[in-house]
Amino acid sequence: MLGKLDWSAIPFDQPIPLVAGAVVLVAIFGVLGWVVVKGYLPYLWREWITSVDHKRIGVMYILLASVMLLRGGSDAIMMRIQQAVAYQSQGYLPPEHYNQIFSAHGTIMIFFVAMPFVIGLMNLVVPLQLGVRDVAFPTLNSVGFWLTATGALLVNVSLVVGEFARTGWLAFPPLSELSYSPGVGVDYYAWSLQISGVGTLVAGINLVTTVLKLRTKGMNYLRMPMFCWTTLASNLLIVAAFPILTATLAMLLLDRYLGFHFFTNEAGGNVMMFMNLIWAWGHPEVYILVLPAFGIFSEVVSTFSGKALFGYRSMVLATMAICVVSFMVWLHHFFTMGAGPNVNAIFGIASMIIAVPTGVKIYNWLFTMYGGRIRFATPMLWAVGFMVTFIIGGLTGVLLAVPPADFILHNSMFLVAHFHNVIIGGVLFGAFAGFEYWFPKAFGFRLDERWGKAAFWFTFTGFYVTFMPLYIAGMLGMTRRMQHYNVAAWRPWMIIAAFGMAVLTMGVICQIVQLVVSIRNREALRDRTGDPWDGRSLEWATSSPPPVFNFAFNPDVRGEDAYWDMKARAKQQSLAHETPDYQDIEMPRNSPTGFVCAFFATIMGFALIWHIWWMVILGGLGAWATFVVFAWRDHDEYVIPAGEVARIDRANIDERRNLVSMAGAV
Amino acid sequence: MAMTATVGHSHADPHHVGLVIEHPGPAPKRIVTAYGFWIFLLSDIVMFSCFFAAYAVLSGQTAGGPKGSEIFEPRYVAIETVCLLLSSFTCGMASIAADVRNRFWFYLSMTATCMLGLIFLVLEFREFADLIARGYGPSRSAFLTAFFSLVGCHGLHVSAGVLWLLTMMAQVFAKGFRADILRRMLCFALFWHALDIIWVAVFSVVYLLGSGV
Repeated sequence: MLGKLDWSAIPFDQPIPLVAGAVVLVAIFGVLGWVVVKGYLPYLWREWITSVDHKRIGVMYILLASVMLLRGGSDAIMMRIQQAVAYQSQGYLPPEHYNQIFSAHGTIMIFFVAMPFVIGLMNLVVPLQLGVRDVAFPTLNSVGFWLTATGALLVNVSLVVGEFARTGWLAFPPLSELSYSPGVGVDYYAWSLQISGVGTLVAGINLVTTVLKLRTKGMNYLRMPMFCWTTLASNLLIVAAFPILTATLAMLLLDRYLGFHFFTNEAGGNVMMFMNLIWAWGHPEVYILVLPAFGIFSEVVSTFSGKALFGYRSMVLATMAICVVSFMVWLHHFFTMGAGPNVNAIFGIASMIIAVPTGVKIYNWLFTMYGGRIRFATPMLWAVGFMVTFIIGGLTGVLLAVPPADFILHNSMFLVAHFHNVIIGGVLFGAFAGFEYWFPKAFGFRLDERWGKAAFWFTFTGFYVTFMPLYIAGMLGMTRRMQHYNVAAWRPWMIIAAFGMAVLTMGVICQIVQLVVSIRNREALRDRTGDPWDGRSLEWATSSPPPVFNFAFNPDVRGEDAYWDMKARAKQQSLAHETPDYQDIEMPRNSPTGFVCAFFATIMGFALIWHIWWMVILGGLGAWATFVVFAWRDHDEYVIPAGEVARIDRANIDERRNLVSMAGAV
Repeated sequence: MAMTATVGHSHADPHHVGLVIEHPGPAPKRIVTAYGFWIFLLSDIVMFSCFFAAYAVLSGQTAGGPKGSEIFEPRYVAIETVCLLLSSFTCGMASIAADVRNRFWFYLSMTATCMLGLIFLVLEFREFADLIARGYGPSRSAFLTAFFSLVGCHGLHVSAGVLWLLTMMAQVFAKGFRADILRRMLCFALFWHALDIIWVAVFSVVYLLGSGV
């Protein structure tokens, strides 16, 4: 009846996951109870859960990423403490638990923090920057988000029901095969990634189509803001790379469920094929994450330097070059596995070549700042912190790209330090910069600068104190994923790293405080004009938060930095006073399709993990029925009357006029 | 200010020919839908290419089991191929019928497409069942693993296509040739033709090359 599921799946003998699970459950039910008691549920259902508005979906993606960041961060704290205490002792985490923690940490941070964070920012901002009303496929967008949430949910369920994979975040066979991992851990891993992978693919298709086919009048390719370009490149990579992950995990699952021999040691299976396939996805994945961050930094640096981006076209070229070359370097993840010197040399050189367009970008940002009138607001601090940190991470990356050096450093703590250096210093700093920069656009008030700066400085120093010692430990020969060790020379560095982790945690606490303080002081921090940073691209041309239709009129773009241009022209003409001819606007209707579909996907995923076959069929039928019901509806759009559009738009125009006249008076 | 404007202008006209082609604005819905679906098809083809690659890597790993030439039956494969190619033709007929809003020809062509698809699936199912009965299931060797996965993945797509086809017929029956249903029909046709192209690759790589060895 319930497949492999019985009471032994609940780890009653292990206090840590049990307590953690209880805390999570209490938090979830606390929030749910509060929502129900306050009577917010209908509002949440109507305005958020069923919303197909790209801005709302973007916000929900970022919320999911933030919650999962706390989960993945707790794993990180546990690992740092374990390695600080587990010198010539077992520490406080038994090996099977420690292995689950580092696997869950990697999986969560990549798939459920970094991915939803950047996809959320792209969703929120790109249609606004392109001057359009929504993404290409609004309902599909909602489906994509909820499937991602399903994946995150399943990973967290594994905390209490059953176990998570003990195989590392990429579940290399033969360890991940049934003979060596007979439990449900790898199944939790694979099915949650399969389901959220569908969500990511949907988001990728949606954003590629949006950028290529939905641009406002005059928004030629070479007038798009840099963030739109990096979004395009990143989503092209999603479309090209995520199917590889889907296929690879499908093969692993076939091995585990039906006794196939893709990656087994017996009957001619080939383990190296897994390495090649997973990294053919895995390396582009790195750039899927970091390219949007590069876009964010381009916007931030240009805005806060008060200058157009230096070398815009070289930046576009560099972005697209990275997009292509990122598919030609995957083998550098396993130089040591016997491909031979010639193959290694080619991939080593390709890996060094990809540093060239990245270097171009760094110089472009520096030259944008050069001679600019720089304002060190919080987003700009993250951007400058990124440049310094990412250069170090990039240099250690080039070092690892040298095959002979890699033979010494492969799978060492040096590698761990390197990829945290680029992912935290690149992706996470970028996500935080974007969060601070676009928060006023999403919610209509700015974030508190003092707490924001405190958060930056704690995170920035915390990062260095945590990860620089790991470089040294790696040089001293310490390998990754060690539950305990007996080498005295590594101990001090592990203790420093644990201390750094505490500083990093302070950074996270500052950001939470910043959010609370800013919500409390929101009236004082209110952004009335919609252009709090003196921005350059079209998202600042509408109010904060933007109306559901984004723009009363599709803006007419005449050049790069479209909104900067408009402001310049408006000042010359002292703001045109003619009354525009407002029209009715058709917007897509909200739909519960995404949520219901994800509900069935959750059931199906859970049933697949525990081999409950009738429930699998039920979930599959439910998902299909959801789509048929969606396809059957007769009205997919609603009309916002011209009068309403005029009222909303005039309010914003008046605010802007006030600002200009006040500036004139001063 | 003025400088920004000129810089922007030169980008739209990089070679200073004095002719700036302004982007006309968002594309119509039909274009957007079809374009998005093309992107999906490309991603689907990337997924298939992984299974093709796996087949190429593992096709020699018979582990003492049968080779391709010992188990393939060219006669049935030929019938399967004919069915699929014909179904592409009838699917094209259905698209034309939908464009001219002719219900009779639409239902007729879709039914023919469905039947041909089902014949294909039955033949493939029989081939699989027969192999498994003889002890040559996917667990026998890595070669058979790759064979069953690649051909089965295509078969699963055809099954999903048949389900979609029936849903489309029901939609036209219930709602008529509405603009959104015509867009879906366009996507379905693209999907069905793409499966044909993939079958051509499966036929060549698996059955033609395999029978020769």
